[in-house]
Amino acid sequence: MSETTGQELSAFDKIEKVKEILDRNGRQSSRLIPILQEVQEVYRYLPKEIMNYVAQALGIPAGRVYGVATFYAHFALEPKGKYLIRLCDGTACHVRGSEPILAELRKKLGLTAQHPTSDDLMFTIETVSCLGACGLAPVVVINDEVHGQMTPDKALKLIDDVLQAEKA
Amino acid sequence: MTDKKVLFIDGKEVEIENERNILELCRKAGIDIPTFCYQPELSVFGACRLCLVEIEGRGIQSSCSTPPEAGLKIKTNTEEIRNLRRITMELLLASHPQDCLKCGKSTKCKLQAIARKVGVKDIPYKMSVKDLPVDKSSYSLIRDPAKCILCGNCVRMCSEIQGVGAVNFTNRGSRSTVMTAFGKDMFTTECVNCGQCAAVCPTGALQIHSEIDETMKDINNPEKITVVQMAPAVRVAIAEEFGLPAGIDSTKKIVAALKKIGVDYVYDTNFTADMTIVEEATEFVQRLQNGGTFPMFTSCCPAWIKYAETYYPSILKNISSCRSPQGMFGAVIRKAMPDFTGKDNKDIVSISIMPCTAKKFEARRDQFKHDGKPEIDHVLTTQELAEMLKSSGINLAEIEDHELDMPLGMYTGAGVIFGVTGGVMEAVLRFAAEKVGGIKDAIEFKNVRGFEGIREAEVELNGRTFKFAVVHGLANAGKVAQSVIDGTCKYDLIEVMACPMGCVGGAGQPVSEGCVKKKLRAEGLYKADEKCALRKSQENTAVYDIYDKYFEGGPATHEAHENLHTTYVARPKAQMEMDLNRVNDGAVTVELNLSGENMRNGVEDLMGKVLGKIRENGLQDTVKVGVTFGHTGEDPMVTVAGKAVEADAEKVLAAIKAAKK
Repeated sequence: MSETTGQELSAFDKIEKVKEILDRNGRQSSRLIPILQEVQEVYRYLPKEIMNYVAQALGIPAGRVYGVATFYAHFALEPKGKYLIRLCDGTACHVRGSEPILAELRKKLGLTAQHPTSDDLMFTIETVSCLGACGLAPVVVINDEVHGQMTPDKALKLIDDVLQAEKA
Repeated sequence: MTDKKVLFIDGKEVEIENERNILELCRKAGIDIPTFCYQPELSVFGACRLCLVEIEGRGIQSSCSTPPEAGLKIKTNTEEIRNLRRITMELLLASHPQDCLKCGKSTKCKLQAIARKVGVKDIPYKMSVKDLPVDKSSYSLIRDPAKCILCGNCVRMCSEIQGVGAVNFTNRGSRSTVMTAFGKDMFTTECVNCGQCAAVCPTGALQIHSEIDETMKDINNPEKITVVQMAPAVRVAIAEEFGLPAGIDSTKKIVAALKKIGVDYVYDTNFTADMTIVEEATEFVQRLQNGGTFPMFTSCCPAWIKYAETYYPSILKNISSCRSPQGMFGAVIRKAMPDFTGKDNKDIVSISIMPCTAKKFEARRDQFKHDGKPEIDHVLTTQELAEMLKSSGINLAEIEDHELDMPLGMYTGAGVIFGVTGGVMEAVLRFAAEKVGGIKDAIEFKNVRGFEGIREAEVELNGRTFKFAVVHGLANAGKVAQSVIDGTCKYDLIEVMACPMGCVGGAGQPVSEGCVKKKLRAEGLYKADEKCALRKSQENTAVYDIYDKYFEGGPATHEAHENLHTTYVARPKAQMEMDLNRVNDGAVTVELNLSGENMRNGVEDLMGKVLGKIRENGLQDTVKVGVTFGHTGEDPMVTVAGKAVEADAEKVLAAIKAAKK
């Protein structure tokens, strides 16, 4: 089965998109970070083969690309789920009870800190140090949608909603 | 001098000349400031925080990254500085394994030496040694990242001087590690095995892959005949390991020592250096006569060869097809030793002693194998030889001289200078001046000597002006290689040596910072050349005797080509592949090859067109598309069902349809 179904880009489209990103950035090694950011939007992580492709295209050692990719927390080297759940564990969210929410979410999805992504690549749970939305603490962000004043129950409901939407 | 600029170090006036920083000035003033990350030939990094000095009015500064200014008042040894240095060392040691007794770098480790120097007596911090796997995949080097102190010397050496960048900083903070791309084994990366990373590594994090044990086992086996060849640069450096100055010629002492530990025959790689000149100069002349590919590059340096194979496969045809002297010696031993000894080749052990870590890789190249087995069994570096002798209770400084064995120990001065940048070129010129130019008395060509990274020389021979270049450091070699691809290269012959200053600065040599000792070693080789009665390779009669007996009487014969020449292969920087779709087994596979060279030649456009054709024809579910980044050997842009297809989307589609039937 090819990966052409759904809104997901096919792997053909993705690698062509990488070429387009490289071209748009003038294949300048000084543009490495923005290039990697855009590539990560395409793949939701940075596959090592694609990092190697970027290195070849920019004429820099693959090790330098890998060095940059591993330096910044923003870059993911493992595939992330279709739904990236980021739970804020900054000071405000922490004191307002982010920990029980994290525990419940992980329990529901069978995930841990070491194993943050579900095997079907549907969900990834990450904690972040502050989202700058302390007034809404505790905060859960699913992809780009911000959900404030969370409780474990409310958070679980969000997951159920996602699952419902996926079924439909 | 009216404009003499001075500053003051510990109250003494010191003149500022061309020093780049205060550290260099302190050293000039006779004060050895401790440092790990400062290497004169590399960029200033300022990471290790050990070279601290106090500058009046500015407080504590790192001396390596502070440029000198007139009038500064510097203190190098205050109580505060002493304490800071000791604390820095204690912190470094708190995350360093405490297994010095078992470490290959022990007694030569800079970390160990400076810990003693700054007076570390205790580590008052919680130990946090990283648990990281040791990488022994490379024939040349061992990488033990747990011992790394993150000084970055290897990273800068590999990228700044060698233009490779096989190791880099990865991760961040307490998880920082110097690693290969994607954490791959060294052997599968673009590493060219030059070993310069290990030469500047202050700890045991990068070490030479030792072959002492296997070698001694064969030397101690009475069933085996052991034959040693020794490269030119070894003789002017090994004495340093025994407390003698750099540059003295220890040839006869090395022979004596090897004989003493039980080696049967000790020969000289200079012999095949002479042979290389005869063979390579003949190739050069034939290329001239037959309209062959120019410019021609020399082929003695195995790190250069792997570099060209990895980065510039399209110029492999420009590289002389002659084996390196080590490789030629392997063939000569295989041919001649059964006659000399009456023994079968399986009982003959071929050992080479080299200033070089890349020679270990070279000896295992498929092209240097005979009947599937490497012709050279063991390659030891100068450092390993010294260690092996010490472990056998031999002090090179005190041993009586012994002559080399003949006939393969016969050499000329031209062979000796192979060990220094410009030496191969000068040896070629001594041959060409006589054979092409008809000039009998031309021996010294001082215009190719020196230590500039890229040097040029012109020589007129037989009414034609030839342009030569001598290059050391692979980043420099890369510039010349690129100029060949761009069509702007104006040279006829280019000598390349990967290591700074040539083999005298090889990574197998005793560790020496900067260029002082390397220059002494180079002088040692030129002196040894001067002492030779014969100074031109063509005067080495033993070489011609071997040609007569084993290689149909001369260079460029069929037998010479079979045994003394070699071939090169394109190599990927990293072996990797990815599938672009998932299909059932049995589907036709199309493979697009994004190697560096193919990228230059438009493989990405081809990829776009091929993917378009597959889409248009609805083949996504039945044709498997994969991407690779190069193979060792053939390196076609696109293959269909394993066969190379012309780089044209229509032809690829036709091939897919043909393969489907």
